[in-house]
Amino acid sequence: MNILNKKPIRSSDTASVSPGSMYEEVPLITGNQTFSSVTEKICSIVENDPPKMWYVLFGISLSLLLMLVGSVGYLIWEGTGIWGLNNPVGWGWAIVNFVFWVGIGHAGTLISAVLYLFRQKWRTSINRFAEAMTIFAVICALLFPTIHVGRIWVLYWFFPIPNQMEMWPNFRSPLLWDVFAVSIYFTVSLLFWYVGLVPDLATLRDRAKTKARRVLFGILSLGWRGGNRHWRHYELGYLILAGLSTPLVLSVHSVVSTDFATSIIPGWHTTIFPPYFVAGAIFSGFAMVMTLAIIARKAFGMEDFITIGHLEKMAKIIMVTGLMVGYAYSMEFFIAWYSGNEYEKFTFINRAFGNYAWGYWIMVSCNVLIPQFFWSRKMRTNVTVLFILSIFVNIGMWFERFVIIVSSLSRDYIPSSWDYYSPTIWDISVFLGSFGLFFTLFLLFIRFLPMISMTEVKGVLPQADPHHDMYHNSGDK
Amino acid sequence: MRYGMAIDALKCVGCSDCVVACQTENNVPIGYCRDWIVEKTTGTYPQLQMEIRSERCNHCSNAPCVRSCPTSASHYGKGGIVLVDENACIGCKACIASCPYDARFIHPEGYVDKCTFCLHRVEKGQDPACVAVCPTKCMYFGDLDDPRSEVSQIMKKRKWKTLIPEAGTSPNIFYLI
Repeated sequence: MNILNKKPIRSSDTASVSPGSMYEEVPLITGNQTFSSVTEKICSIVENDPPKMWYVLFGISLSLLLMLVGSVGYLIWEGTGIWGLNNPVGWGWAIVNFVFWVGIGHAGTLISAVLYLFRQKWRTSINRFAEAMTIFAVICALLFPTIHVGRIWVLYWFFPIPNQMEMWPNFRSPLLWDVFAVSIYFTVSLLFWYVGLVPDLATLRDRAKTKARRVLFGILSLGWRGGNRHWRHYELGYLILAGLSTPLVLSVHSVVSTDFATSIIPGWHTTIFPPYFVAGAIFSGFAMVMTLAIIARKAFGMEDFITIGHLEKMAKIIMVTGLMVGYAYSMEFFIAWYSGNEYEKFTFINRAFGNYAWGYWIMVSCNVLIPQFFWSRKMRTNVTVLFILSIFVNIGMWFERFVIIVSSLSRDYIPSSWDYYSPTIWDISVFLGSFGLFFTLFLLFIRFLPMISMTEVKGVLPQADPHHDMYHNSGDK
Repeated sequence: MRYGMAIDALKCVGCSDCVVACQTENNVPIGYCRDWIVEKTTGTYPQLQMEIRSERCNHCSNAPCVRSCPTSASHYGKGGIVLVDENACIGCKACIASCPYDARFIHPEGYVDKCTFCLHRVEKGQDPACVAVCPTKCMYFGDLDDPRSEVSQIMKKRKWKTLIPEAGTSPNIFYLI
């Protein structure tokens, strides 16, 4: 038998294999979509009035955002003393929130860049809003270290700008690495997101019914005409940006982890922090994508685009990264015991049984125990279960950062300095306000821009395959 | 030159004169202090031992606060004294988080404050305020690199320890035991 003549297996073939076959695979996009039905469905969200629930959610988000603005204004006026910080807990909720939001911001670029390079076609339905989520989460993340410095008006001292004081940043400080790592990540993610949007913006321009929309989308789509040359440059640019973004997915949270790991505080000074933080970031990021995806598909009837297959794959990633996080938790205990360092041993026993044990056990329950439900396919394919569990993971990952930061600082080397940290109403208002900022931006995004990439979704339809039967039957290539 | 301090934990009575003198000398705001007294009791009743220590910034030779400061506001000054340039401090609190001795605090003006070994006095040839007022004369200050200095002499004669040597910060405050 001449194997060279054997017909290659394509996704369009595998999708139609009879039930029970080992190659059986759920189609990426269901509902017998065509190129035009994809355009109609996704553009209709942007071009028509949103459902009433959108206005309700936008009102709530905007109220929280206003609360954030007020709280930050008061914070700048009064100083960080309005927060629950004390000595030794100089880093409290603000830094917890910073790490939490940076973590959330990881999934977008992972889905866009890493899964793109690995040719995971299922990413096409979720990459656009996951990237948007990344950008908005990183905006929230950048807010916290900004307002956490007591003198926000001299924040530019972080940057290597020549000045009359002959000051120059200390490049040995991990905080400075943070500034560069997070801002580069933000810039590249924004660029990546925007480049991916260009063909879709051109579609919106071509469909625009008002001059204002036509001009606006015309400017934003950068004169895109969909010619062969445009597509070639687009694909190449997208690939380069994916290549540039991929190391950033790993580097950002690694750098964030060095804020702690390069310190000598017990519970922080450990070499497993970078991979542990990256795994945790992907874990929390996917949980947030899952939460948002489930809401979006329900609210806008996108079940054919974000199928249960997509959600199941995300659940598997959450489960795997959850296991990695759980492994890191146990390794921290092992290292503390094996090192023979009394301070490390105390720190971890204190985490599990000390003043903040409640936080530790919430963390373990949400991040280690709850993802175990995803071993069951029944659970992975139940949307309600997925939604609830993804929220638990988000809660757990916030507590992870709280446990790492607060429990270590409040019980550091010298018992005479120990203190208990409690947040004030201003800590809480800024935290809740950051959700207002995030959801305001996100709701504006799904209202005014295509939340699913039409271009990429069309690329995974069976019709996009030049070998598809449709073309052979009609003779049209 | 390397400034350091030896504190006789056997002579210290915990009177807090050093704390008050520092607050007065350096205009430390009410509610804050650059040095403080720690009373540590060890053992089991009736075999108890108490150690009284006057603590402050350890002016480490390998200071994590200097390393973690993004603007170089925390720096080594004359004789290795760890100082904070209050005009260059942005209040990020990275140094507070990295200090194993919890020796720093946020001044109400927004910058980080801590012990300076009373550098303004030392430059005039005087002892730091805490050393000058100690009623039991349990503190010795001077150049650790000078074998004739009082602090070097007393450290040759007596046993001493540093706080948290495991942290690897090479502190320059020594407790005579």
